Amino acid sequence: MTCLPSHMDKRLGLVIDLDTCVGCQACVTACKEWNTGGHMAPLTDTDPYGGHVDGVWFNRVHSYEHTTEMGGRTVNFPRSCLHCETPACVTVCPTGASYKRASDGIVLIDESKCIGCKLCSWACPYGAREFDTDVGVMKKCTLCVDRIYNDNLAEGDRVPACVAACPTSARHFGDLGDPASAVSQLVAERGGVDLMPEMGYRPTNKYLPPRAHTQRAASVPAKALEPVKAEGGFLGWVDRMLSN
Amino acid sequence: MHPAFSVVFFTTATGAGYGLLALLGVLGATGFIAPGFWLGLAGMALSLGLISAGLLSSTGHLGRPERAWRAFSQWRSSWLSREGVASVATFIPAGLFGLGWVVFGRLDGWVAAAGLLAAVGAIVTVCMTGMIYASLKPIAQWHSPYTLPGYLIFSGMSGIVLLNALLAGFGLGTNRLLAASILLTLLGWGWKLATWRHNDQLEIPTTANTATGLAGGTVRSLEWPHTEENYLLKEMGFRIARKHSAKLRLITQVLAFGLPILLLIAGFALPWPLEAVAAALAAISQFAGMLVERWLFFAEAKHTVTLYYGR
Ligand code: SF4
Ligand code: SF4
Repeated sequence: MTCLPSHMDKRLGLVIDLDTCVGCQACVTACKEWNTGGHMAPLTDTDPYGGHVDGVWFNRVHSYEHTTEMGGRTVNFPRSCLHCETPACVTVCPTGASYKRASDGIVLIDESKCIGCKLCSWACPYGAREFDTDVGVMKKCTLCVDRIYNDNLAEGDRVPACVAACPTSARHFGDLGDPASAVSQLVAERGGVDLMPEMGYRPTNKYLPPRAHTQRAASVPAKALEPVKAEGGFLGWVDRMLSN
Repeated sequence: MHPAFSVVFFTTATGAGYGLLALLGVLGATGFIAPGFWLGLAGMALSLGLISAGLLSSTGHLGRPERAWRAFSQWRSSWLSREGVASVATFIPAGLFGLGWVVFGRLDGWVAAAGLLAAVGAIVTVCMTGMIYASLKPIAQWHSPYTLPGYLIFSGMSGIVLLNALLAGFGLGTNRLLAASILLTLLGWGWKLATWRHNDQLEIPTTANTATGLAGGTVRSLEWPHTEENYLLKEMGFRIARKHSAKLRLITQVLAFGLPILLLIAGFALPWPLEAVAAALAAISQFAGMLVERWLFFAEAKHTVTLYYGR
């Protein structure tokens, strides 16, 4: 059913910290590695070693230069499905392949129903859906449904692969429908934002903007180093010779 | 947006086919067209042929065409599904109308009713097609009040110019039909000019700032996540140079509107069969022009995902 659920028990999603993301692409590779054997497997690559490398990825990290009157800075920006609350990618789907779950708000594709009309990818403003030319169906981030509910994994590992991989903890996973959850509090504390709010898709995932610039230099607690002195003896002679 | 030929041909052919079907249905049912075997056969073959060719071409765009039947299921939410349902449903009254006209040689009673129903189905189907595009918020040039009326006007325009060619071919052309064809073509021309004007002045609220959530200043793409064009860029990052689009707009105007109008005007003065030749050339030129128009409709449409790539 491509009508949207009127009520969701949970709103699972990601909070991505643009302040601490270093653009290392670890989440990208971890996502690809897990998901090419996961729910939407395979994530096909075409011509992987040739001149026209292409393939399906659920998560892509861009780099931007953000320039304001305070100066410029590099911002690394991971982009993946935001599991929107009112996503047209689901309602436009003619077959019922795309759906949004009432239990946790995750937006998924039933590959066996997808006819590959690509309309859902046109309807997503964020470019979160990628067509698999090999299988002829649409693919997208599953929020690692096959990890987060997976009893075979240790409890601490039941998070999306991208979150588990991030070396700077720039990615957080949780229930954004619960104002008391750690992710909701993080969003409130850091002023998390929606991407393209004017589109009205009401994304679940939130982005934490980079922290404000500071004018203060970093304070270093160690004492300043002594100047190097070489007055007498052999070293002094070498120093004088070389200084001439 | 990438102008895939299957979709460009699909919308152009079905638009013309449904326009012709609606006119045949209404004019047949109201007695403006007299029943005749060859006219009925040619008219139904042309309209249903264009519609079927278009629908077949659209399945060429699918990754898994063998599952196309599933597309009839989500009419509650999806304009594409509604289009599928409406197009198939329209075949029922259209088939009965054709049967009555061609086999039974009559255009009254139940045949007239079927003709009117086919006309309603045709108009509804064209509306559904228009709404598929008009409902897509990420593409500002389509999510516009010009899109749906455009689809209806162009369908009516191509339909009446085809009908004129058809009737002229049978020596049944009338000055009234010629005048109506010219008026609708002028309306189409005006609508296209207004649409281009509107699109050229569009102020789109979505920017690289809102796309990344980085407020204020400028956001410049430093590095893409990948070195080669991916699906997103191939499908939605299609760009057309300004000078090319200006040329193609000119070609559209000449082929779809200007030349057909001249040929239709000539039809007032020319004797049969030259009149029929002019009418047929007008229809062919317009169809070719509408293919260019539809190609541009895609090529000039900009999807918000391009903002992430600094395009
Ligand atoms: S980000 Fe795109 S694909 Fe994901 S739910 Fe929103 S509209 Fe759909
Ligand atoms: S490509 Fe598949 S999932 Fe997307 S709208 Fe078409 S049928 Fe639905």
